Amino acid sequence: MLKKIWSSRMCFNFIRTLLAVGIALGLTLVIIVAVSETPGEAIGYFIFGPLKKMSRLANVVEAALPLVFTGLAISLIARTNIINLASEGAFYFSGALAALAAVQLDLPPVILPAVCILIAALGGIVTMLVPVVIRLRYDASEIVASLMFNYVLFYLGSFLIRTFVKDPASGTLQSLPFNENAVLPRIIPGTRIHAGLILAVLCVAALWLYLYKSRWGYKMRMVGSNHKFAVYSGISAGTAILIGQGLAGAVCGIGGASEMLGMYSAFMWKDLPGFGWDGIIVATLARNNPALVPLGAFFLAYMRVGADIMTRMTDVPNEIVSIIQGVVIILLVAENFLAGWEKKRTFAQATANIKLEGGK
Amino acid sequence: MDIASLIFSPTFLATIIRMTTPLLYASLAGIVVAQVGMMNLAIESTMLTAALMGVLFSAWTHSAWLGLLIAVAIGVLMSFVIAYAALVLKADMFMNGVAFNLMMAGGTTFILYVVTGSKGMSSGVMSLTLPTVDIPLLRDIPVLGEVLSGHNVLTYIAVLMAVLMHVFLFKTKLGLRLRMVGQNDSAAESVGINSVRIKILAMCIAGVMAALGGCFMSMGYVSWFQTNMTAGRGFIGMASAALGGNHPLGGALASLLFGTADAVANTASTLNIPSELVRMLPYLVTMIGLVAAAKSAGKMKRKKVDKP
Repeated sequence: MLKKIWSSRMCFNFIRTLLAVGIALGLTLVIIVAVSETPGEAIGYFIFGPLKKMSRLANVVEAALPLVFTGLAISLIARTNIINLASEGAFYFSGALAALAAVQLDLPPVILPAVCILIAALGGIVTMLVPVVIRLRYDASEIVASLMFNYVLFYLGSFLIRTFVKDPASGTLQSLPFNENAVLPRIIPGTRIHAGLILAVLCVAALWLYLYKSRWGYKMRMVGSNHKFAVYSGISAGTAILIGQGLAGAVCGIGGASEMLGMYSAFMWKDLPGFGWDGIIVATLARNNPALVPLGAFFLAYMRVGADIMTRMTDVPNEIVSIIQGVVIILLVAENFLAGWEKKRTFAQATANIKLEGGK
Repeated sequence: MDIASLIFSPTFLATIIRMTTPLLYASLAGIVVAQVGMMNLAIESTMLTAALMGVLFSAWTHSAWLGLLIAVAIGVLMSFVIAYAALVLKADMFMNGVAFNLMMAGGTTFILYVVTGSKGMSSGVMSLTLPTVDIPLLRDIPVLGEVLSGHNVLTYIAVLMAVLMHVFLFKTKLGLRLRMVGQNDSAAESVGINSVRIKILAMCIAGVMAALGGCFMSMGYVSWFQTNMTAGRGFIGMASAALGGNHPLGGALASLLFGTADAVANTASTLNIPSELVRMLPYLVTMIGLVAAAKSAGKMKRKKVDKP
């Protein structure tokens, strides 16, 4: 049994991921030693800082929540073979939509946040599908289109906020405070962990079921792994892609609303928040498997909180995390990283099997 | 002052040229990579890295040109690493670009902080700028002189590069091979062209272009480095390459369009027009342009198929 696990493809991928993370961390430690006056202290804060206080661990969970949503979205998008990068803009824009609704609408407690999230999810679906339609209908590059669309969404979102709900007392772009009924309640006392956590868990479960247990999820995975074969076997590739990307948009929208209504009391994003790009890191770590996305998100959030603590306490800037992110992705997507080792293993197994059969 | 006189003034036209310069470099980088059939998302981070390196090395070597040279070398190195990872280690080209963008967005800030102790701007560094050039006869012509003369030397090099890129791609043997690899690399391999080597070469040329564009930002347009100062110009360059049909002349015209939109947005914000909508325009125009270009390309394809 143990031997079977050891020889499985999943185990190989797990070791590869672990090794990539290890190498990146090692490189980071070398850089810290090189630039810091007190390297030991800095590394201590970076690696163990988040564990020392309950509130810091809660910070990790708070930071991981938006990453779960965008990580889920990217792991669906990556499986359709249409490289749609609009999740960044979709997240921002649906956050802005949720903020608009939260200021303008007046509804009783549970209903108001539900309506806000619904509006944001719809906004996420529509915005995410624009680059996909450009690709499927006109055969133009969805990569460039979605990169441009992110900026369109950013300016459109801040235009809406400025025009309809800007707080006149504030010098910068900030909305009037949300209706109190709209704010997502804290679910763990003493922390800022909000009801978005429940939404995230639901989204993880729903997307896992969709991808591995539903007919359309199966079709989408087929389209993603072999487009021509899927079309020959009678799958409507366009519909499968649209459903998958639409779901990704919905998750992004829910994420934007959850972050906006859970962490803020008024709209105050000055820039694209970057969670869409972070989602790519999370999805890569999770190998596009929704069930593993929370793990990837937690890892990334843990490093960021650790780096923030390190920055506050020592002389090492927290941007060091971006070096880890880059190195991990490069190692994980390099197919030939450890490929020689895997070939040897496969070869050894094959010869063992032949011997076994020969013995019969 | 009304809008018309503001927009048609010589200073405004000169602003357009300044705004266009980095975009032209980025689109040239996009064009050469697209011609060889690849896509390099890291043009953005190459520009940003070169912008920082130009500032730092010009301060350390006390020579703006030496700083530029080292920044370009670093840009080439980055592009080479990405090309090597993609072509030899078989890493996904697109993911690699994303990785480099994520790494250098924070990485440049990290380096800036370690060197200067500041996270925002490099104002503490005594960096140098590249000179501006007055063109002898041209500068004496009334309006034209004001618009076309007195720009940074990198602006004129950009125009030169666009011409050189055209000659290289369409008039030289190597350029022909490069485009051949882009159209069908196995066919190119079958006649003895080393497609991997050609692709790496194209990526390195793109690295030079992106680095020059980045250096213009920090050593010409302004005289300092600022966190995230390229602000998506690498992406816009890719867009204008696509909009211009991956052709240097088309790319130059598309960059000019974006440069104009940038300049209009800057001016409009002083005129009480919602600046967000003006700033949105160039991106919207690209998307529409992309669709329009793809549509006409599709029609041409269909025509070719129809006619025997």
